[in-house]
Amino acid sequence: MSLKDDLNQIKENGLVKIESSKSVKELNDQIRVDLLGKKGLITQTLRGISNLPVEERPEMGSYANSIRDTLQVAIDNKAQELEEKELNEKLKSEKIDVTLPENKVIKGHPHVIQQIVDQIDDLFLGMGYEVLSGPEVEEDVYNFEMMNLPKDHPARDMQDTFYITDEILMRTQTSPMQARTLEKHDFSKGPLKMISPGLVYRRDTDDPTHSHQFHQVEGIVIDENITMADLKGTLEVMIEELFGDKFDVRLRPSYFPFTEPSVEVDITCFKCMGKGCSVCKGSGWIEVLGAGMVHPNVLKMAGVDANEYGGFAFGLGPDRFAMLKYGVTDIRDFYLNDLRFLSQFN
Amino acid sequence: MLISYNWLKEYLDINISADDLAEKIERSSVEVDSVITRSKGLKKIIVGQIMSFEKHPDSDHLNICQVDTGEDELEQIVCGAPNVEVGAKVIVASPGARIADNVKIKKAKMRGIESRGMLCALDEIGFPKDVVPKEWSDGIYFLPEDAVVGNDVYEYIGMNDSLIDLDVTPNRGDMLSIRGTLFDLAAIYNKNFELETNEVKNYLNDNISDLINLNVDETLSSNYNLRIIKNVKVEASPLWLQIRLWNAGIKPINNIVDVTNYIMIKLGQPLHAYDLDKINQNDISVRRAKNGETITTLDDVERILNETDVVISDSKSPIALAGLMGGKDTEVDDNTTNILLEGANFNSVNTRKMAQKQNLHTDASQRFERKIDDSNIVNSIEDATGLIEMIANGEATKDILTKTVNKSKNKIINITSSRINHVLGTDFDNNTIIDIFNRLNFEVEIENDSIKVTIPSRRNDISMDADLIEEIARIYGYDNIGSTLPTTKMTQGKLSKKQKLIRNSRKSMEEYGLTHAISYSLTSEEKSSQFSTNDQESVQLKFPMSMDHSNLRMNLLSGLLDDVAYNQARNVKNVALYEQGRIFIPNDNDVRPTEIEHLAGVISGSLVENNWKQKSKKVDFYDIKGILNEFLKNLSFVDEITYVATDKYSNMHPGRTADILIGDTKIGFIGQVHPKLVQKYKIDEVYGFEINLDIINDLPKKEQLYNQISQYPSIKRDIALLLNDDITHADVYNLIKKRGGAYLTKIDLFDIYEGENIPEGKKSMAYSLIFQDKNGTLTDEDVNKSMEKIQNNLEKEFDLEIR
Ligand SMILES: [Zn+2]
Repeated sequence: MSLKDDLNQIKENGLVKIESSKSVKELNDQIRVDLLGKKGLITQTLRGISNLPVEERPEMGSYANSIRDTLQVAIDNKAQELEEKELNEKLKSEKIDVTLPENKVIKGHPHVIQQIVDQIDDLFLGMGYEVLSGPEVEEDVYNFEMMNLPKDHPARDMQDTFYITDEILMRTQTSPMQARTLEKHDFSKGPLKMISPGLVYRRDTDDPTHSHQFHQVEGIVIDENITMADLKGTLEVMIEELFGDKFDVRLRPSYFPFTEPSVEVDITCFKCMGKGCSVCKGSGWIEVLGAGMVHPNVLKMAGVDANEYGGFAFGLGPDRFAMLKYGVTDIRDFYLNDLRFLSQFN
Repeated sequence: MLISYNWLKEYLDINISADDLAEKIERSSVEVDSVITRSKGLKKIIVGQIMSFEKHPDSDHLNICQVDTGEDELEQIVCGAPNVEVGAKVIVASPGARIADNVKIKKAKMRGIESRGMLCALDEIGFPKDVVPKEWSDGIYFLPEDAVVGNDVYEYIGMNDSLIDLDVTPNRGDMLSIRGTLFDLAAIYNKNFELETNEVKNYLNDNISDLINLNVDETLSSNYNLRIIKNVKVEASPLWLQIRLWNAGIKPINNIVDVTNYIMIKLGQPLHAYDLDKINQNDISVRRAKNGETITTLDDVERILNETDVVISDSKSPIALAGLMGGKDTEVDDNTTNILLEGANFNSVNTRKMAQKQNLHTDASQRFERKIDDSNIVNSIEDATGLIEMIANGEATKDILTKTVNKSKNKIINITSSRINHVLGTDFDNNTIIDIFNRLNFEVEIENDSIKVTIPSRRNDISMDADLIEEIARIYGYDNIGSTLPTTKMTQGKLSKKQKLIRNSRKSMEEYGLTHAISYSLTSEEKSSQFSTNDQESVQLKFPMSMDHSNLRMNLLSGLLDDVAYNQARNVKNVALYEQGRIFIPNDNDVRPTEIEHLAGVISGSLVENNWKQKSKKVDFYDIKGILNEFLKNLSFVDEITYVATDKYSNMHPGRTADILIGDTKIGFIGQVHPKLVQKYKIDEVYGFEINLDIINDLPKKEQLYNQISQYPSIKRDIALLLNDDITHADVYNLIKKRGGAYLTKIDLFDIYEGENIPEGKKSMAYSLIFQDKNGTLTDEDVNKSMEKIQNNLEKEFDLEIR
């Protein structure tokens, strides 16, 4: 047998071995070492090269190298093939049930009314309004008298009040902050544009539609050239922001002691889209807020020249908004803090 | 107030459906609650005539009636009403008919006898019980004799009329009548109307001033009028008048009372009729009641009066509560022949207070409270007299006895078109404005640039130019006014530092797993001061509605404990809630309490729900501390945050509670709620905190600074200590930090152990310390030096053992 035959034999046998190998480990640790290692078959066989005539040695050398390369490539290919197969098997064995429940992320929820208040705050901040909350325990003077509700005014009957002393009370509306701010505002420095959100209190027995504590947001804009059309535009922007643009807005005359003209604002009924249903008592409209042009008496009492300055004010109830928007039927749900209720809002 | 559509149309020529009219009223005048048509929803309610009846053999109150309903054969109807009568025209609901409340009528057997339908009382076909005349309240109703058998009944008794239910605001008293509503509609639709009134044809020869001696306290009634009408025949009113009244929601009584009510609805002026012969000595006065005086009013209630009440009185005793209701003793009844008719204006404030005090809110008081039209009183008396003459054969005195304070002149208000346009954002010219005033029947004169408007006395709500601007706006229509945004000098809308802190606190709590709760600010006296460390008393309401909401809270935690209880009672065991809101601390220097923004949080149960993968773990002190500390850390105070153990909160666990300090400033407390309190609420272990955001807002904060990350390797060393139980982590930590040198960058407690192999009263704590230099590679030697210093100091300070 010639050296060349030996090499060919090694190649043939080697390729068979490589092909039949079952693992990357065997291929690398055993077959590769046996064939190509320092003490491997090719190296050993090449020791016979010294018996060849000198001029044949280079050719045999390069022949041996080509066989080494062939085996090398075959091992690499096989290794790659086996690796892939092993990986596939591993991946297969790692299969999980992706429908099993997830690990819960711990997370709290904002209160639905706070969300509405924040949304209103942000809208008006964006339009250059200040947000001023004011005290919840108020003086009669600011809560009523400076809102054009003197002691004998009939509208005081409409607002039953928690008094602490004859002159101190739980505010029944957030508008006293209007009086407090009007008193202080320096109109030479620019207009007054503000909203006052917060808690208000009425002497009501709690039931599905009444709560002795609820939220209110009032807004006021006073400057030299503020018009009823500005009020209308502002309310439309707000209603679109809070409810979307599918709704018509209707203003109708009403009566509040602190505005003149006074209007109540209705929007298309959510439930029936204006056709008439039980929610809107068949009218197709739902009342969402009250507004008007600030009464000259309110301005005068706060020391503002009612001939020079004027503007609008509006007030709305986030509790009522939330009830309308989400179909909540019991206002008390907002103050019971049932986690099953609160966690529905994000 | 119910306004009859048919009645309006009698005077005003409009061709608009009742629903459209209601919508227009709502957009231009006052709110409309609903439009009611009594026949709506009813079916096959027809006129029948009872031809004969016999007693039911098996019943002592049922009758078997044979009723002609216009069919070929008589219908047999069993009826339980006591007033069946042969020949009576009655209301029949045949099989297939639908009566009130959507009830369907079928043929039936009543105690074995077939009955085809029913004979109806008025309330059975939808009349409210309180408008059904007494005569018909206990039996079936008899229709007029000329009603045609087989026809629908609706038209005969006014059920096809549409009744517009106005919700009149306190300022628009004028809308509480057909007359006022007509004035508004005429303006809205630009129409004229003719309000026909009854004229008196024959008078008595007597003068009332010879018959009655009248004394009026003018501060109580600025306009008081009386007329005597003799020889009246009291009986039921004609049907047309009864229909008018019951369609206005008023029960017909007799022709005299009905006329006074009819005129009130028609013209807005309340009137009252007394039985003249029941009045003592014909002495009439309008005065304040004497303390302890009594009157039994027409509603059969005996009322005890005092000096705040105003009465009409004869020589002996009160005969009416002024503006509210007449007295029983002088009531007009079937035997009355002579009446005294009163039309007055009573002080609105007095009326309101009396109505409230007596809890007697009547149609009359409602109108006086809102002020009536002085110029309309005498007309109303004339109209009523004419009608009484017509339907009750009365004869009136020619004169009316009057006590009137000098009539105030009609108000005049000057306004300009530019003022109107300035407020409304419109560009009306004078003509448009004058046209609207004309339509409203306001007299107008032009004086230079200004429009001089005379306000009719019926509109006593109008007193200034703003009121006139409203008139223009509503008649022109709010829909027609444009829609713009205010154009002003630029203003910056931004939250204050404190508002930002409050928002940040809410957001952080939600991020850390707590849900936002909003509890009541008003709570019980006990809860209001539950977590105070002093005995300060909370602010109390003067007249609380309930003892649960009597005091202003001085803490938020007690409300959150209520919330935990609410949830856990409903099997929601894992509770994590926070509240951000105000507490109220009495203040000696101010009439109002100081309102302080607080933040509080509670956790109970486990923070994670037990499931196939994650196991729930009972919350502990370190969970709530982790939440709060993360929030506080992020605020970057200049001074350090420390937790100082305290046992001075009686409602907190004495061994598991800490005051929270920033530097030397106390901002709140944290810990386990006392097991005794928790037991009272019937809840699981609760951990919570409450802090003062106002103080936090004022504390100095660091600018957010960036720390360069060292490029050089760090060295970690562990140290285990055996030390006395009473030495705290903070003690050890602070000492290590103080003595650790410049390269010590991190101290982590990684183990704490008590029990086996550790002597009684001792514990083992293990820290890992990390050293790093920003500017170079540390050597072991550097670190050894630091470690040695730390160890020496620990040993010296705490008498401990390094292991
Ligand atoms: Zn609807």
